[in-house]
Amino acid sequence: MKYAYYPGCSLEKTQRGYDESVREIFKILDQELVEIDDWNCCGATIYMSVKETVSLAVSSRNLALAEKMNMEILAPCSSCYTVLSKTNRILNSIPEMHKDVNEALSEAGLSYSGKTKIRHPLDVLMNDVGIETIISKIKKNLNGLKIAPYYGCQIVRPEKGFDDFENPILLDQMFKKCGAEIIYYPMKVRCCGGMLMTTFEETALKLNKELLSCAVENGAEAIVTTCPLCHFNLEAYQGKINELYNTNCNIPILYFTQLLGIALGIDGKKLGIDGSFIPMTQKISSLMEVQYA
Amino acid sequence: MKVDEIPEKLAKKESELRYAFLEQVKAIPGGEKIKACIQCGTCTGSCPVSYTMDISPRELIALFRAGDMATIMNSRTIWICASCYSCQTRCPSGIKITDIVYALKRTAMEKNYLSGKAKHVQILANLFIQNLMSYGRLHEGTLIRKFYTKTSIGKLFKMIPLGRIMYKKNRVAILPKKIKAYESLSKIIKRAQEIELRIAKERLKYSPEFVGYKGLGEMQLESRKGE
Ligand code: SF4
Ligand code: SF4
Repeated sequence: MKYAYYPGCSLEKTQRGYDESVREIFKILDQELVEIDDWNCCGATIYMSVKETVSLAVSSRNLALAEKMNMEILAPCSSCYTVLSKTNRILNSIPEMHKDVNEALSEAGLSYSGKTKIRHPLDVLMNDVGIETIISKIKKNLNGLKIAPYYGCQIVRPEKGFDDFENPILLDQMFKKCGAEIIYYPMKVRCCGGMLMTTFEETALKLNKELLSCAVENGAEAIVTTCPLCHFNLEAYQGKINELYNTNCNIPILYFTQLLGIALGIDGKKLGIDGSFIPMTQKISSLMEVQYA
Repeated sequence: MKVDEIPEKLAKKESELRYAFLEQVKAIPGGEKIKACIQCGTCTGSCPVSYTMDISPRELIALFRAGDMATIMNSRTIWICASCYSCQTRCPSGIKITDIVYALKRTAMEKNYLSGKAKHVQILANLFIQNLMSYGRLHEGTLIRKFYTKTSIGKLFKMIPLGRIMYKKNRVAILPKKIKAYESLSKIIKRAQEIELRIAKERLKYSPEFVGYKGLGEMQLESRKGE
């Protein structure tokens, strides 16, 4: 299959590991990604809460561009995924807003029908490509590596769709099949605070402390994420959380596409693992045969 | 008359506030379900940050129905909501609580209700939009630098070590990236802003004295019945 790829702003640089690993695994699984030419920022959660028509128009420009390509959109960033899906839902249920948005888009000679589908890589991998195909290409068994699969809020809520919104299982299934051990992680859909890390830092630190210590106390050797913001909050603030709460967390945070890439035998550097702040453990390093500190 | 030209006294009248909010709620698919709240408290129990709110999500809905918009507008609650959607997906009455909080934020910004930390949220939101307007894509470096310059220089300095690590790991884009069709994106934004003003104008033309619960009854459009 071919997908219209929408990386989103944070994947361009600060979260390059996610972008690099998505591209690598899709290549290995014979799925073609065609980046949407000249895509713009989707507006993220923050824009939607400030200006409605403007935010809908801004995110619709991407949908209109993808519609011209006649492909489904692949959006790895959870926030982009939700904003684009939500735009679709609003346009399809409120005709007046759809009309307003098309009026704005006409300034750029664009229009949008409301039909482009938005997909998350986890959905595509498990439901289009299929676990059997993935398994057939696995080069490295994850050897009982203990992981905490962390889904976050946005891919399971609010646009309920490809997995259960209280107890999603696709990540668990994927990695169990790759040989990993899934620890008990009841926090898998708890909020990481998102942008609160910038505006209400103390509250966000507490939320992340709970996410981290639950994983560590239950024996996880890595947390596997699906969202750039969750990834950043969990990774970049571990030091601060340890200081504040007297904890001792030092747990690697991996994108699910990075861990899957390791299992598929892709070189760690190509997966952007060299960009991690937290050093990979001996066990993870040995799966890649290179130490990333 | 533009929204921000409304005289101060009038803008802060409860009826105005409620009306502006009801107009916002109209834009939420299924938004009018707000009146179906059974006060079960599932939303508050599901909220990961309710412990630090001054009014809980359940109270927020109750206050609105009692017609006390000013308390809601001045609350910390609408600004600290992390938009995790836990409350919304669990509400047994199908109330779009998160979307309603968004609508409340928009009303508060429109009517200039900004207390305490709310200012930070608004500064962040405005800088985000500036960023998007100037480049078409978000440049996180610029956003964070400008945000802390405006809110806390001390914190900006504290961010330096993290910035260093990120630079070393090749995770910093030094310069913002402008999209090619930058001009046509700004045209889209400009037109959308005009539309937003146009809608606001219509709203003000017949601004009736909506009162809490009654207001909800009146806003229910024929076409949405039975939803
Ligand atoms: S969960 Fe829904 S019905 Fe229950 S109190 Fe909250 S808003 Fe009301
Ligand atoms: S969306 Fe906001 S109010 Fe609802 S549970 Fe999440 S943080 Fe609480």
